[in-house]
Amino acid sequence: MQLTITDLALERGGWRLFEGLRLEAPPGAHVALTGPNGAGKTSLLRAIAGFLRPSAGTIAFGDEDRETRLHFLGHRDGLKAPLDARAHLRFWADLLGGEAADAVLERVGLGRVADLPARTLSAGQGRRLALARLLASPRPLWLLDEPAASLDAAGKALLERLIADHCADGGIVVAAVHEPLGAPTQTVALGTPS
Amino acid sequence: MTGALFAVFRRDLALAWAAGGGAAAPLGFFVGATMLVPLTAGPDQETLALIGPPLLWLTAALAVLMVLERLFQADLEDGSLDQLMLSEAPLELLVAAKGAALWVAIGAPLALAAMPMALAMQTPPSAAPLVALGLLVGLAAFIGAGLFGAALAAGVRRGGVLIAILVLPFFAPPIIFGAAAAARAAEEGLFTDAFSYLCAATLFFAALGPIGAAAALRQHVS
Amino acid sequence: MFAYFANPDRFMRLSAWGLPIATALAVVLFAIGLPWGLLYAPADFRQGESARIMFIHVPAAWWALGIYTFMAVASFAGLVWRHALADVAARAAAPVGAAYAALCLITGSFWGAPTWGTWWEWDARLTSMLVLFLTYVGYMALWGAIEDEARAARLAAILCLAGFINIPIVKFSVDWWNSLHQPASILRAGGSAMDPSMMQPLLVMAGAYLAAFAALLMAGMRADVFRRRASANAQRRARAA
Repeated sequence: MQLTITDLALERGGWRLFEGLRLEAPPGAHVALTGPNGAGKTSLLRAIAGFLRPSAGTIAFGDEDRETRLHFLGHRDGLKAPLDARAHLRFWADLLGGEAADAVLERVGLGRVADLPARTLSAGQGRRLALARLLASPRPLWLLDEPAASLDAAGKALLERLIADHCADGGIVVAAVHEPLGAPTQTVALGTPS
Repeated sequence: MTGALFAVFRRDLALAWAAGGGAAAPLGFFVGATMLVPLTAGPDQETLALIGPPLLWLTAALAVLMVLERLFQADLEDGSLDQLMLSEAPLELLVAAKGAALWVAIGAPLALAAMPMALAMQTPPSAAPLVALGLLVGLAAFIGAGLFGAALAAGVRRGGVLIAILVLPFFAPPIIFGAAAAARAAEEGLFTDAFSYLCAATLFFAALGPIGAAAALRQHVS
Repeated sequence: MFAYFANPDRFMRLSAWGLPIATALAVVLFAIGLPWGLLYAPADFRQGESARIMFIHVPAAWWALGIYTFMAVASFAGLVWRHALADVAARAAAPVGAAYAALCLITGSFWGAPTWGTWWEWDARLTSMLVLFLTYVGYMALWGAIEDEARAARLAAILCLAGFINIPIVKFSVDWWNSLHQPASILRAGGSAMDPSMMQPLLVMAGAYLAAFAALLMAGMRADVFRRRASANAQRRARAA
């Protein structure tokens, strides 16, 4: 698939965040989304995900369905305190389509805590569990909002590896970041709203 | 797609029955509030037999209100709602699956508890199962309407009272037919016209509630 | 036509004239209708002088329903075409509709006391008016509870449309329910054809209520537009600082 954004404008609370935004992300693209707080990074990601309706412009995914082609990893990991890591993974695999395998938990470094309820996981482990969602259900487009938040150095290295692997497989990553993450192929800098 | 629906159903059921899930609270409320009825109206058997089934319906309706506040708010706050939006299954059906889980987790125990409570209200033993069965049907209507109200107020902090105000006008049809069916169960059996109308109301609210709820939830993730 | 009036600037220009005209019309019509109905129209031969409250009660009932219908149409327009002014209209109409519904309930109760011998009769019309009143209250409460105005508008519109479906169902349900519980003798007003000598003041009063609604609606909408402009200004200044 290919992500194409043309002349996009977004509004929040009656306020125009940006307009005329263009983006072409071919397979393998890693797009870094930068800009100060309030520039509209999260809103842009949510618009691509289809949660937010743009006030102008289009977002196209080739010929494919939006819902089944993308992952959205927001600030919140989507965890339920009483359920263990394995149950979360099974739920996401059933909900989003895919296979829940313990190998996925091993890959994100949660193999030994797979049967512990989410309430006992640290913030970093919770974020790793959310990353496991990306692997359990194969979808070409990853929308990541500050994915490195609450990850330690090892976690950040893991995240960079996952992104690199995904792009090498022909996937697309759009990540809103404060600090450089991996080796983006292009950067979209959102300015302060005018 | 059915996999996604079952996954939501199983997860909500597990969460409702897990520690802190709150499935026991409505049941406790239902039994406790019903216990107060004879204490207010007096222990006279004829009076209780007359007001018992309608009051069971009233307390059951109020018990449902208790669980509505956190129903979608939790999913909205922890980001689960975003994930539901990304499923291949339509949000309407996923919401219906959540409602079905609530019906099993909260509705079935309430209906079951209604049997001894009906007996305590001097309903004839032959009619008590019919009262419980009618309540089981009616709770699906309450939950259908409740999904809608809960979705409207999902982003509102301490929205419990607001949800009650939003939802109670929609409780009127099922409670009218349900309480009437319960009151007549002792003499006319289960299959009265009141029960038929109750089933119609349940089908209506169980079908349209999730559709309205999904429309409201889409506004909350935007 | 709708798109023509949906432009906020045009609305502000037109309503600057419309508001005083509607206000004056309401005052004149009330000045005619109230004394006509309450003093000069013939008393009902069965219910006597107390039936005169009809001239306050019946138009309130008509327009409580009419305003809700108006809100449902505006909500639909706001949801489908995203006209901000439609949301503003629905929001401004709600308190007026709620007030009319409350007036209808209170006067109905005053009317019922001598007629039915009770302050409240659970008949289908009164009960569904009560549900309508509750729906108005819920609608306003939802608007008040959600901070993001665009989101509040869409959620309130969804609620309004759902309530629009619910109220006839409640009416039917209570009708059915009453057929089981109906007390033996009830004097029903408006059951038979109404004499023109009573119909004419009633229509004048209905016009007065409508003019009052139009005036209050425009006043409410103008206030809302001004408020939005003020908050947009504040936002602009916060960004500039």
